[in-house]
Amino acid sequence: MSNQTPALRLEGIVKTFPGVRALDKVSFSVMPGEVHALMGENGAGKSTLMKVLGGIYQPEEGRIIVGEQPVVMTSPLQAKAKGIVFIHQELSLAEELTVAENIYLGELPKKSFGRVDWQQLYAQTDEILGRLKVGFDAKTKVGDLSIANQQMVEIARALTVEAKAVIFDEPTASLTDAEKVVLFDVIEDLKAHGVGIIYISHRMEEIFKITDRISVLRDGHYRGTLTTAETDEDEITQLMIGRKLDLSRNASHHEIGDIALEVRNLSCGKLFRNISFDVRRGEVVGFYGLVGAGRTEIAETLFGLREPSGGEILLDGQPTVIHSPADAIAKGISLVPEDRKGQGLILGMNCRDNMTLPQVSDLKAGPFVAEGAEIAIFDQYRDRLDIRTPGWKQLVGNLSGGNQQKIVIGKWLSMHPNVLIVDEPTRGIDVGSKSEIHNLIRELASQGYAVIVISSEMPEVLHVSDRIVAMFSGKIIRTFTSEEVTEDNLIQAISGITSDKAA
Amino acid sequence: MRPSNLSGVGTFLAKQGILVAFALFMIGFTIANERFLDPDNIMGVIRSSAILGVMALGVTFVVISGNLDLSVGSMMSFATIVVLDLHDKIGPTLAIPSMYAMVLCLGALIGFLVGYLKLNSLIVTLGMLSAIHGLTLTYSGGKNMDIADKEGTWFSVFGQSDALGIPVPILIFALLASVLGLALAKTPFGRKVYAVGGNGTAATFSGIRRARVVFTCYLASAFCVGTAGLLQASRSLGSQNTVGQGLELEVLAAVILGGASLLGGSGTIFKTVIGVLILGFIQNGLLLVGLQFYAQYVVTWIIIILAVWLDIAAKRGKLWSPIA
Ligand SMILES: Nc1ncnc2c1ncn2[C@@H]1O[C@H](COP(=O)(O)OP(=O)(O)OP(=O)(O)O)[C@@H](O)[C@H]1O
Ligand SMILES: [Mg+2]
Repeated sequence: MSNQTPALRLEGIVKTFPGVRALDKVSFSVMPGEVHALMGENGAGKSTLMKVLGGIYQPEEGRIIVGEQPVVMTSPLQAKAKGIVFIHQELSLAEELTVAENIYLGELPKKSFGRVDWQQLYAQTDEILGRLKVGFDAKTKVGDLSIANQQMVEIARALTVEAKAVIFDEPTASLTDAEKVVLFDVIEDLKAHGVGIIYISHRMEEIFKITDRISVLRDGHYRGTLTTAETDEDEITQLMIGRKLDLSRNASHHEIGDIALEVRNLSCGKLFRNISFDVRRGEVVGFYGLVGAGRTEIAETLFGLREPSGGEILLDGQPTVIHSPADAIAKGISLVPEDRKGQGLILGMNCRDNMTLPQVSDLKAGPFVAEGAEIAIFDQYRDRLDIRTPGWKQLVGNLSGGNQQKIVIGKWLSMHPNVLIVDEPTRGIDVGSKSEIHNLIRELASQGYAVIVISSEMPEVLHVSDRIVAMFSGKIIRTFTSEEVTEDNLIQAISGITSDKAA
Repeated sequence: MRPSNLSGVGTFLAKQGILVAFALFMIGFTIANERFLDPDNIMGVIRSSAILGVMALGVTFVVISGNLDLSVGSMMSFATIVVLDLHDKIGPTLAIPSMYAMVLCLGALIGFLVGYLKLNSLIVTLGMLSAIHGLTLTYSGGKNMDIADKEGTWFSVFGQSDALGIPVPILIFALLASVLGLALAKTPFGRKVYAVGGNGTAATFSGIRRARVVFTCYLASAFCVGTAGLLQASRSLGSQNTVGQGLELEVLAAVILGGASLLGGSGTIFKTVIGVLILGFIQNGLLLVGLQFYAQYVVTWIIIILAVWLDIAAKRGKLWSPIA
């Protein structure tokens, strides 16, 4: 590998934003046929570096060399023409268009007189979708797909061009295990064809599974490159955050209290049926299952976003009807939603205003918003969650993905709810902050909150939960206590294989 | 993420383009006609912009919440005709609140349709534009409206008198701008308006009652329109059925010139006031250099197009882009 020409080389890249030196003389290269991980904390500059490479940002200094040739990337289209394909961290699809149109946007196959050759388009698209083994076809409207499937569309785009290098910016953040397997096959395939792959992820297991080398960024500086086969998690984290991580679970010897939330035979059309469970104060209940198992829909029903078609919800033993999110909030329920960009944040609004939005009517000084109180709240959660931003005035849309997620978490923690529901809380969050958030969830429970954690990451569910509800296809298959749960019986439960023990 | 493909000067032009264009206009007009910078002329421009300005304040709320209001012109005609008619029938003291009540009902209707029934605001307010016009004609029987005793009524104070040496319409505009400016920038309600326009779904997920916010924005708009109608009626003490015709576009032009995005979520009252003044000075300048009054319609249209173009150019960071 060493005497080959890199597929791609970045030299001394500098990129600044007002108040932030996002990249400071970063150099980095990828060999053909190599999977090269790019790691670093939230806000370290990974996405920015890739956006420089993809022609979205112009660096102030530095060179990009594709093959042997220095190039100046002025636009994403040009980058694509040079064989650099970018799969973004934040989805960038046109929801109103079909899957096929999205994949070939700008390059639709044409017949005479510039008419679109739809047959050809759908055939080409279905072939690519076939390679990805997805359960939808070329004519599906993207807006109708789940986030995970939208991610697959994004990935399908990459397969349409002769790529020299493909950049995956946290592609698995919203994929299920099954979809991940498919993605890894695709990556293997690209690799076998000599494509250089840059892979950004915060998930260690993936990094060890598929990458050859790992480069680490910290605060916009290049920190070094490790060979995956010769390193371990500790060394990487050390490089990333400058210290070792303590991953042990806070021994939780707090009291489990009364039932805060109880759900009896709750149903919502075809989405989920006959759901019964309870959550006690001081307890963390994890919901684990495949995408489409109905977990998010239950959360949305509890938060007043969907009307149940049957069943009961009881808060502190009292039967309640939750009419709207405003109503849910008034009743002490908070929901950290799964889609931070669509549901969690107002990207064009600053950090402080986003964080205090649900309680803005309560933070008053006379007729006006008490901005001092708002800033105090923001500062508290910025410190607690280690949110990296030059200040509260920064627009949320300018934060890195992980820091955006932390704003959403801070927003709902600051409501001090009785029942806190978090849907994929650590999506896109770096290892250090992740364990920080896990600790925080445990700590909240110990303070008497009832917490529901929905997650597609098994280690996460296993790590934070006192009990785990396994769901499959809209039904609860089994509820495990943390003593009886194992990876195996959990996997069995969520894949719909009914064992003798299944309830 | 916005691409930064503009050079420093380019970015400045795209972001401040409106101010730059305005400065060029001002210099040009001043050279073309020395009367342009005359204090009397300046006061005159602000004064005649006040009615448009008052309407633009309300529309700013609607636009920031992510909607449009194209009914303000014909609603203003309605308000003017109604208050003039009732002036002679029940006296000014009762005529004014009655007019406000009727206009607010219209605003509530629009707010209900757009906010609660979630109908497209363009369609709803475009429909209202013509429905309210029909209402005005029916009400007036197609005739112009005049106050019988023009000398003996105190009703003219709003449009014709001065206080502290400043024309009352300007004072009312300034007062309303301050109050609504504070409401938008500093109150929880204002914050919610930005949230709803910025990302309605996320606003709902944050417990904001979106429909109620949109509804209130249309009420605010209707209130401003009522005030504009009052100023208009008081100034002329008689009016045609069509005084407000076409104002909806000028109002929108002023709001966009001020930099509010048609997509919602951005803009301020202060910027709208700037937009109103820019529009007023440009139109005045064109008159002074001898452009026919009717040519102003074309010019206003060109200004709107330029403003919208600069708006999206600033967003995407370049003046032209092959992709949306
Ligand atoms: N458009 C922008 N305007 C201002 N600052 C920005 C912009 N884009 C990125 N930044 C800042 O640059 C820094 C690097 O951000 P970047 O998105 O590259 O981080 P990242 O390593 O991808 O993090 P994550 O793991 O959270 O995705 C952050 O401090 C971020 O706030
Ligand atoms: Mg990133």
